[in-house]
Amino acid sequence: MSPIDENHLHADPAIESHHPHASPGIAAQPPLQRQRAQTIFQKGAPGRRAFVCPDPEVPFVDVSELLPERFRRSEPPRLPEVSEPEIVRHYVGISKRNFDLDSGFYPLGSCTMKHNPRLHERVAALPGHARLHPLQDPERAQGALELMWNLQGALSEVSGLPHVSLQPSAGSHGELAGVLLTRAYHEDRGEVRHKVLTPDTAHGTNPATVTMAGFEVVKLATNADGGVDIEDLRAKADTDVACLMLTNPNTLGLFDPNIAEIAEIVHGVGATLYYDGANLNAVMGISRPGDMGFDIVHFNLHKSFTQPHGGGGPGSGPIAVSDRIAPYLPVPVVTRGDDGRFDLEYDRAKSIGRLRGFQGNYGCFVRSYAYIRSLGGDGLKDASEAAVLNANYLLARLKQHGVAEYLPLAYGELCMHEFVLSGGPMKRDLQIKTLDLAKRLLDFGFHPPTVYFPLLVDEALMVEPTETETKETLDAFADAIAAILREAAEDPEIARGAPYSTPVRRLDEVAAAKNPVIREVLV
Amino acid sequence: MLAAIGVGSTQEIFDRQIPAGVRLGRGLALPDGMGEQDVYEHLRALAARNTSVEDELSFLGAGMYDHYVPALIDMLMERSEFLTPYTPYQPEISQGGLQVMFEYQTAISELTALPVSNASVYEGPSAVAAAGYMAKLHNGGHRIVVSAGLHPHSLQTLRTNAHGFGAEVVEVPLRDGVTDPHAWAEAIDGQTSAAIFAQPNFYGAVEDAAALSAAAKSAGEGRGPVVIAQVDPITLGILAPPGECGVDVAVGEGQPLGNRLDFGGPSFGLFAAREEFLRRMPGRIAGETVDVDGRRGFVLTLQTREQHIRREKATSNICTAQALNALAGVVYLTWLGRRGIVELGELLLARAHYARERLSALDGVEKFHEQPVVREFALRLDADVAAVRRRCARQGVNPGVDIQAVSGREEDRGGLLVAITERRTRADIDRLLEVLGAAVAAEREATAPTQREATVAA
Repeated sequence: MSPIDENHLHADPAIESHHPHASPGIAAQPPLQRQRAQTIFQKGAPGRRAFVCPDPEVPFVDVSELLPERFRRSEPPRLPEVSEPEIVRHYVGISKRNFDLDSGFYPLGSCTMKHNPRLHERVAALPGHARLHPLQDPERAQGALELMWNLQGALSEVSGLPHVSLQPSAGSHGELAGVLLTRAYHEDRGEVRHKVLTPDTAHGTNPATVTMAGFEVVKLATNADGGVDIEDLRAKADTDVACLMLTNPNTLGLFDPNIAEIAEIVHGVGATLYYDGANLNAVMGISRPGDMGFDIVHFNLHKSFTQPHGGGGPGSGPIAVSDRIAPYLPVPVVTRGDDGRFDLEYDRAKSIGRLRGFQGNYGCFVRSYAYIRSLGGDGLKDASEAAVLNANYLLARLKQHGVAEYLPLAYGELCMHEFVLSGGPMKRDLQIKTLDLAKRLLDFGFHPPTVYFPLLVDEALMVEPTETETKETLDAFADAIAAILREAAEDPEIARGAPYSTPVRRLDEVAAAKNPVIREVLV
Repeated sequence: MLAAIGVGSTQEIFDRQIPAGVRLGRGLALPDGMGEQDVYEHLRALAARNTSVEDELSFLGAGMYDHYVPALIDMLMERSEFLTPYTPYQPEISQGGLQVMFEYQTAISELTALPVSNASVYEGPSAVAAAGYMAKLHNGGHRIVVSAGLHPHSLQTLRTNAHGFGAEVVEVPLRDGVTDPHAWAEAIDGQTSAAIFAQPNFYGAVEDAAALSAAAKSAGEGRGPVVIAQVDPITLGILAPPGECGVDVAVGEGQPLGNRLDFGGPSFGLFAAREEFLRRMPGRIAGETVDVDGRRGFVLTLQTREQHIRREKATSNICTAQALNALAGVVYLTWLGRRGIVELGELLLARAHYARERLSALDGVEKFHEQPVVREFALRLDADVAAVRRRCARQGVNPGVDIQAVSGREEDRGGLLVAITERRTRADIDRLLEVLGAAVAAEREATAPTQREATVAA
């Protein structure tokens, strides 16, 4: 019997033969990334283990005396039975089937995939931070509370709004906090309002949040320049509107030049103005939401402030608010006494209450605070300037002959930190869709931009390079786009069949949704 | 670069797009930037002003626990391939993360005996609120009945959310440390969308989950409410799983599974349910499929539930969740393994029993309730808890959580919640016994004259 599971190592030669750049000759073994996926539940053998249980050290008492039979589990959960070396090989092996920011360019629009300094991991792992219990008495967690206080102060300064709560767990959680704050604000004034306005370019989290907070979504149209349609706003802004949720720069990468007028209209009907901070990386130290007239802002520490995204979290979504919203902030609130001691305050009569357990994702606060202290005020401004410069340079490169006629800029001439191209002409003239271009980029070693968002742009490609990429990387990406378009002009089938070099090729998502298999079949 | 763009300076790019009236026009009033070494020293100095579980003998729990995190978890979480990608929107280059989600879902389904699990939500209390919202979407009821044994943070978070989505939250009191079964059945009516309890509850007591579920189902005049249990995953090696107790939705705080304390986060929330809730679940779900060559692969699936597709009709607004923390969770469960999770549960049970019996034999200390417990239990002190805790702190011992400080309930006065993990040895427990006993005695002695004076004055 072979010591190696042959099924496990079975190579699929079809991929090699489909690959347009396939080199002749067949490797003796497929590389790790090409092996057939086997889950940890399909590995191991009965009795194998990694964990060695400590000796209980206390007098033996039969379990049945401590826990009545009817409360007990009859069969152990069928968790894997594997040794430590197997666990390490398994997870290191599957990690190699992931693309990541440390390996290559990740211009995912509205996600701000900037470099994650390793210093942040080191300081977050210090036992004084990492092994601090959330219910430790405030007098014995002064360092943590000071860090939170300082971070609040920095976010307040960046946003131009005086009060900050770090509690929300991610951007969408910050949005929920913001809309619940809006509800509390109106209710406290004895007003009942039912509607929240969101532009049609808004992130999907905005309308979803509105529904969860018990309001009705009213969509705002976009004008020819890509900003809020002011006439539509005037028509829809009435005293039944609780809030307008806006992203500025918006998801088209455009700063809305009418923001002061928008704020005036919204405040004129007594509504609040909410700032979705997903795109804050464009304006740090340059323009502040509070100065634009916003009442509530959420930050994405996992975007602008470089908390690593972890493949889908953790994130952190602090909020900053104006004076009139401050009484309703979630509890607990960090306070500083006259003696300089920090504390947590729970007793606030008008607070909306808690949004989660404890004080928020402190581990993320440590990383983002380290980032802010590394850059300083001027450094944050430099970061935004470089992000906008990089985006405009990449946009300029993509305006070259051979690209712009197939992938025109959807709106405007310049952009802020990101821009949106339309793949409509490409689809019409080269017979490849935005999806095909995105998949072909994978073979060139790039993560594709955000695709098919915002919804109002045909075949949208939303590109956000961030400030931490070099000119050489931007050039290489622009060259890759041009190369793919040239290739498509000769043979669109290549892009339509891409990718070829990835651990798996295009996956059948329809089948996955139609007949969901969401866990391993255990025997 | 500027020439390619066709501008004279970076400033010009901003000038042409942002009206002067909303530009800051000054530098940010923040400290100057620092080099890596200086930032490290600053963050180290802040850390040094915190008393972590390495600096004292800690019995703190109440939602987050000092369990041992194996070294291999640190190593895997620090790998660039897991640490630095975004949500897996491009499955062809995200098979590692997607497979982790699929394995995580499998492990959580096994642990809870519920067939569908998502790939994580934020953390425990907001998971309870998310389950309450799902129940309202499911059956339209406007009333949520909760046991007073639910963690106060969960109860408060649920109230915050329910005020928004439009449901009344009704609290059912405890009797003898567990949910009062009669009050529970009476509180649930035909308008009740969800009935929620914790297992074990906030006071450490093991609830009769099967009886609570059955009572809820039969109480709701016709269609019963959605029965939701907040579970502690590390107890599920020995406690009957929610899926076998008639529970519809299990949620919980994932921190005990391989995640560090981090002063409260990030960790992850687990969320598992019966099949009928699959298309209403919040959060990402990884599903198995094949690629064009017939090769096994994983994708994000059932995305028509989600905000980026369904917008205002989505079942939740959640986007970024806790993928990296869920990775730690599934690696931890794999490391414990099928037998380890039972052995660990039995160890916790034995040590908690030892600690509870010894501590409640001290003068001025009694059990808060007589119900069975697993790894955490409530005591009632005949002394001011805050003062006793201060006395213990001077001896380097943190004896546990002041229950009333968390719950705010008058009837919790004197309550101390003691958590025992596998890191607290018998010697540690004996040390607690000595220090807590002395602190309670000293505090009673110190306050006795004051009380006499109070009596005389009265």
